[in-house]
Amino acid sequence: MDKQEFLINIENLTLSYENMTVIKDMDFRVTGGDYLCIVGENGSGKSTLVKALLSLKKPVGGTITFGGGLKQNEIGYLPQQTGAQQDFPASVYEVVISGCLNSRGIRPFYSDRERKMTAENMERLGITHLRKRSYRELSGGQQQRVLLARALCATKKLLLLDEPVSGLDPMVTAEMYELIADINRSGVTVIMVTHDISAAMKYASHILCLRQDTWFFGTPGEFLADSSSDFMKGGENNG
Amino acid sequence: MGDIISAFFSTPILFRALIVGILVSLCAALLGVSLVLKRYSMIGDGLSHVGFGALAIAAVMNWAPMVVAVPVVIAAAFLLLRISSSSKIKGDSAIALISTGALAIGVMAVSLSGMNSDLDSYLFGSIYAISDEDVVISVALALLVLVLFVFFYTKIFAITFDESFARATGTKVGTYNMLIALLTALTIVIGMRMMGSMLISSLIIFPALCSMRVFKSFRAVTICSAVISVVTFISGMVISYEFGTPGGASIVCVNIAVFAVFSAVGAVLRRNRA
Repeated sequence: MDKQEFLINIENLTLSYENMTVIKDMDFRVTGGDYLCIVGENGSGKSTLVKALLSLKKPVGGTITFGGGLKQNEIGYLPQQTGAQQDFPASVYEVVISGCLNSRGIRPFYSDRERKMTAENMERLGITHLRKRSYRELSGGQQQRVLLARALCATKKLLLLDEPVSGLDPMVTAEMYELIADINRSGVTVIMVTHDISAAMKYASHILCLRQDTWFFGTPGEFLADSSSDFMKGGENNG
Repeated sequence: MGDIISAFFSTPILFRALIVGILVSLCAALLGVSLVLKRYSMIGDGLSHVGFGALAIAAVMNWAPMVVAVPVVIAAAFLLLRISSSSKIKGDSAIALISTGALAIGVMAVSLSGMNSDLDSYLFGSIYAISDEDVVISVALALLVLVLFVFFYTKIFAITFDESFARATGTKVGTYNMLIALLTALTIVIGMRMMGSMLISSLIIFPALCSMRVFKSFRAVTICSAVISVVTFISGMVISYEFGTPGGASIVCVNIAVFAVFSAVGAVLRRNRA
């Protein structure tokens, strides 16, 4: 397993949120092509971990190392829906192409290469026909596709999705999961934060489950077999 | 109409006001789109009050007005930005505190020095306040603002639309927020003497809000704001010349009318689409 090149290697990671330790001595490794789901109750440190992966939060201890040519600013990030963008005048094209900014440096305008990449990613997610539509007029599912296309413009290797299906209806949710699985099959590594254990079990190659004082990392099969997996047994009442 | 045009070009005071005004309107409108969308429009208002305080004290102490106001307002801009981005302090009340405080200090300074007649022109603006020297500084600053805005346009869009994504993909959000605050501070200082510190923030807010009623892309909103801003400025100046009304207030009144028209057009468009 060590022979395969890792994208992210986490060693002895300790993270705190407002002076409270939320994650302690965590180790895990993400390799190319993985589909990792991060699950756990509210307050278990999922958001803090996401921030640390994006280098927006300094670990209290331990290290996060990027490998396989992955640069720190090349993570295709899909943020949680904030509502802040809900009334924003922006065309779909403007939103998607803004994903290319991380490779631009100081240069002020987009190049042909970036326009081409934008067009390709819009085609891939089936939103080319929405190109000139306003982002704020789209349905929730369409908006998520737009943000996913933007995330793909920012990366070739790794997507980090923070609750990508929250607020979507069941049919659109299923479509979204298939889309993400497709992208994963094409070779892009996926890390997804989710509350949806059944989706995690169905799609993920690995599961990272965060609990109050401990954590679990392994394949879905191992997760199921893990006797301390209260999260699965306890279900809703546990939260 | 011909009379008015020739008057504007043959009267140095009017001509100066026209040049400075058009440039300031452009800067204000461009920045305004981002400020309104980032919910920072109150910062513009706060800065204009701080600018009033700085100008009043400069006048009383007999210092060069721009030399005092520019650094003070820039410092205030950074402070206000910090306050609004920190969740621990209530941003809106802190801004109100600073702006009314600066206003009060300015009024005290002016009245203690017995220059009450100038108070009106500070508060509501005067095209006669613009000297030749001011024109040079104003044009230089305004061009700087325009060039920086165009150069950083794509980044300004990214951090306005989605700060967390921009931050995650390595854009220095804090730096660009400071750039926006800096450009806003410059625009307000340049525009304040003509528009008056009570009214300058309308140049920032009105055009952006008008265009957002009708247009759907960031670029269209930005361009439309620039056009609205220049057109309302010139119309306001013409009205002010014809009827002897104060320039700043005339411009704001034209903006109110434009806002009503754009709201109506927006409502009709939305209904047709639905």
